[in-house]
Amino acid sequence: MALERCDVEKLAHLARLGLNDAQIGSSTASLNAVLDMINAMQAVNTDGIAPLANPLEANQRLRPDTVTESNHRDDYQALAPAVENGLYLVPKVID
Amino acid sequence: MHQLTLANISKALAAKQFSVRELTSHLLTRIEQLDPQLNSFITLSKDSALQQADAADELRSSGISAPLLGVPLAHKDLFCTEGVRTSCASKMLDNFVAPYTAAVVDNLNKAGCISLGKLNMDEFAMGSSGETSFYGASKNPWDTSRVPGGSSSGSAVAVAARLVPASTGSDSGGSIRQPAAFTGLTGIKPTYGRISRWGMTAYASSFDQAGFLAHTAEDCAMLLQATAGFDERDSTSAQQPVDNYAEALSQPLKGLRVGLPKEYFDSRLDSRIGDAVNSAIEQLKQLGATFVDISLPNLPHAVPAYYVIASAEASTNLARFDGVRYGYRCEDPKDLEDLYLRSRNEAFGEEVKRRIMIGTYALSTGYYDAYYLKAQKIRRLIKNDFDSAFKNVDLILGPTTPNLPWQLGSKVNDPVAAYLEDIYTVPANLAGIPGLSMPAGMIDGLPVGVQLLAPYFQEARLLQVAHQFQQHTDWHARTPAGF
Amino acid sequence: MQWETVIGLEIHAQLATNTKIFSGSSTTFGAEPNTQASLIDLAMPGTLPVLNEEAVRMACMFGLAVDAHIAEHNIFARKNYFYPDLPKGYQTSQMDDPIVGLGHLDIALEDGSIKRVGITRAHLEEDAGKSLHEDFSGMTGIDLNRAGTPLLEIVSEPELSNAKEAVAYAKAIHTLVRYLNICDGNMAEGSFRCDCNVSVRPKGQTTLGTRTEIKNVNSFRFIERAINYEIQRQIELIEDGGKVTQETRLYDPNKDETRSMRSKEEANDYRYFPCPDLLPVHIPREMLENLRTKLPELPTQKRERFEAAFGLSTYDASVLSASREMADYFEAVEKICQDAKLATNWVMGELSSLLNKENLDITQTPVSAEQLGGMLLRIKDNTISGKIAKMVFEAMAAGEGDADQIIEQRGLKQVTDSGAIEAMLDEVLAANAEQVEQYRASDENKRGKMFGFFVGQAMRASKGKANPQQVNELLKQKLDQ
Repeated sequence: MALERCDVEKLAHLARLGLNDAQIGSSTASLNAVLDMINAMQAVNTDGIAPLANPLEANQRLRPDTVTESNHRDDYQALAPAVENGLYLVPKVID
Repeated sequence: MHQLTLANISKALAAKQFSVRELTSHLLTRIEQLDPQLNSFITLSKDSALQQADAADELRSSGISAPLLGVPLAHKDLFCTEGVRTSCASKMLDNFVAPYTAAVVDNLNKAGCISLGKLNMDEFAMGSSGETSFYGASKNPWDTSRVPGGSSSGSAVAVAARLVPASTGSDSGGSIRQPAAFTGLTGIKPTYGRISRWGMTAYASSFDQAGFLAHTAEDCAMLLQATAGFDERDSTSAQQPVDNYAEALSQPLKGLRVGLPKEYFDSRLDSRIGDAVNSAIEQLKQLGATFVDISLPNLPHAVPAYYVIASAEASTNLARFDGVRYGYRCEDPKDLEDLYLRSRNEAFGEEVKRRIMIGTYALSTGYYDAYYLKAQKIRRLIKNDFDSAFKNVDLILGPTTPNLPWQLGSKVNDPVAAYLEDIYTVPANLAGIPGLSMPAGMIDGLPVGVQLLAPYFQEARLLQVAHQFQQHTDWHARTPAGF
Repeated sequence: MQWETVIGLEIHAQLATNTKIFSGSSTTFGAEPNTQASLIDLAMPGTLPVLNEEAVRMACMFGLAVDAHIAEHNIFARKNYFYPDLPKGYQTSQMDDPIVGLGHLDIALEDGSIKRVGITRAHLEEDAGKSLHEDFSGMTGIDLNRAGTPLLEIVSEPELSNAKEAVAYAKAIHTLVRYLNICDGNMAEGSFRCDCNVSVRPKGQTTLGTRTEIKNVNSFRFIERAINYEIQRQIELIEDGGKVTQETRLYDPNKDETRSMRSKEEANDYRYFPCPDLLPVHIPREMLENLRTKLPELPTQKRERFEAAFGLSTYDASVLSASREMADYFEAVEKICQDAKLATNWVMGELSSLLNKENLDITQTPVSAEQLGGMLLRIKDNTISGKIAKMVFEAMAAGEGDADQIIEQRGLKQVTDSGAIEAMLDEVLAANAEQVEQYRASDENKRGKMFGFFVGQAMRASKGKANPQQVNELLKQKLDQ
């Protein structure tokens, strides 16, 4: 079940990490080391065991449908790398 | 002044032995002098701290007194603090000035605390040594060639070096307890959901909990009192009533039943740490506690389960860092893909990228059942182990770490070795139960911590036991040479 | 080669809540960009979602209205992909445990028959923001006002056989969500969007062909055209020896064709997993029973009632119940004039033509139900003829007042006094003596054709006001002497 370079390239792309060749190489090695450790899980018998997603096992609280937020665009957009006419700018997207 | 615990600072301020300003100036001077060799602060808010100090002094002189009014502390740099850089020790947020304040910080501010600044940490809370920080590692004041632990590295260093009396930290896999053990502090990770996660940059959402590092259990109790409780902004916040932690502290330990998991005392434990733990056990016996051997049979599987779930959650939590709305953006992106690929590769460190890829893998089609789902099932088994154990004991005790603080740089190329150091701490995060580490010995000049684990929402029990222990020992009162 | 088509629709209905699904930001349409984007909507570090109770209620109403299974617990999941209009880098949606399970909706087809269409599921999710591709010096502008608006994604079973059925189903869902007041159905504003999954297979084959998805078709006309184009394209492709690629396509209304979407990665691995910031949503049975009592009369029920109570055809009943407003209008008119057939004819005839011509919705009608009902009463009591009524209707639409006012002002009252009519007819016949002689000299056949001439003369002489039936009767009497 070891990862090959092409697997790591796919993972890096899924996660939008632009790793270069050297990084892909070193990542492949270290990821495989971690996976070796993680694969120890397979030896555990978990038949009939329900997964535990949240320790508290409570139900979701519901919030009333009332407006509580107001406009803080200027404050928030002061943090943005590129803004024009109130819009966040990104390189052109072609559909 | 810097030798005083939080509780004693509070009393001294009330007794007008010194002003908040005097204390704050003193600490700021110490930080400027001593932190360059420790690197515990990322952002020092000198002017703001003095302003806050003056305001606190005014309130105190007008007759208002509250236990935490004017008490200075500092915050781990993953808690959003409005108007102040919140970097999570990452290049990705090096330029990010938070537009709002985290619940835990806000509650401490409302209680009157003063913030001196933001503390160093492992990048995005991923690490157990402080070495993955974009701003460089912090150093353990007990031996500056060694790691202070992580991810709340700066939080531990600043308190251990008496630059601040206490700090906030976060613990998702041991990130408060382990650095507390490595630096001779008392660190508490409350029950999952006890303290609001609003404003706390998410790493592993179902593990993350805010907590504190201080010298004493009494100090932790004061901080927990001001911050525990339901927050409607956090859907995972518990609606459990908050105990009176101060009252719990002085309860005697007679009748306390303590479990010692045999899995904590196996061959991987440094025997010297084992000896220190045994001394602590003897001390607690004298105080009335009884001990019984127990087993947590699924403990050996805790580390892989933890890393799978934490990395999976982290991989999606960090997807928002894309160079679009805030944070780092690469220069001159050619197109959208280039924007994402380069911004994220240039701004995330190695450990963060590694965990993002593990997490992505664990969730991918074809691997989800074998990794993520499997880990969640093991998580259930670990919780079951604790539930069974707590039917017969009130508390579980063991070492906090298998080893002493290691040399800086010695594990950076061996991530798995670093992960395995978390073996004693991660089970509590998987189950969501509260945990505390208290100083219980010294080996070759390095602190040793003992870990206490309690059932859900029994932080009072942890604080009680630690406080009673600290009434009869002085490990918590020691200071590293030169500080 | 005989082909058959398999179509399934995924409809995204924007729920008409005041606030977003996970944040307290307003959902009002048309605000300045990014003025309704809070810390949570912008995915600032440390922000967390809290679920809007109204979105849950609305989804449950829908589930009840389509007889669906609604589970005790439903779970939100993260659907992970990168796109600038998706701030968190994942969309909070539902995967394995949606709020609404298997249900069905009966739709009326053009030929009057009823088809039961299965609904696989409906789930809650958050909407993404908007990308504006207008020229920002070669950049795209992102507006996150819409990011976080609650959507109900309604998935049909692949049980629709042609474009017309697909449109009928889409319209039925559109009607239903508006009846329930959970969605305003405004397709132009994007509150109701349809993705069409289309595949073809040789007639008789049981396995499904490869399907394509045509995304975000925002009008019923386009749905029909897009599906028909796509069916044709796939058939031609296969007949030419090619294979249909499973892909996402867009419909271009200007060229009336579908084309492949370049930027969407077909091999996207969404890596769904339960969102750790949200807990399972519990739907207590008592809450459902309570909601059930609050359901309005549903479109199907209303249609069936119209058929039974008013003797309408399935087709007429379904047109009249297409919206609550239309149904209420019709019933109000019928109540006044007490004549369902007459009301149907006028509502589906003159009124609908007027609304279509002026591009108005029933809620904007210039002729109120009271006005129309009042006018129909005047037809029934013979005050005006059907022909004159058309004039009155136009005058009402132009704002000249009610029927009685217009009839009075314009002197449109029908003349029903036989004496007066007879006198008028005598004049007409006297003025057309030659034609009268010719008529009397002709056979049955020829007489039939000439009769119309006299009717026309009589109507002209009376300026249209003479009661047509009486004119006919009396004219015949006089001519056939």
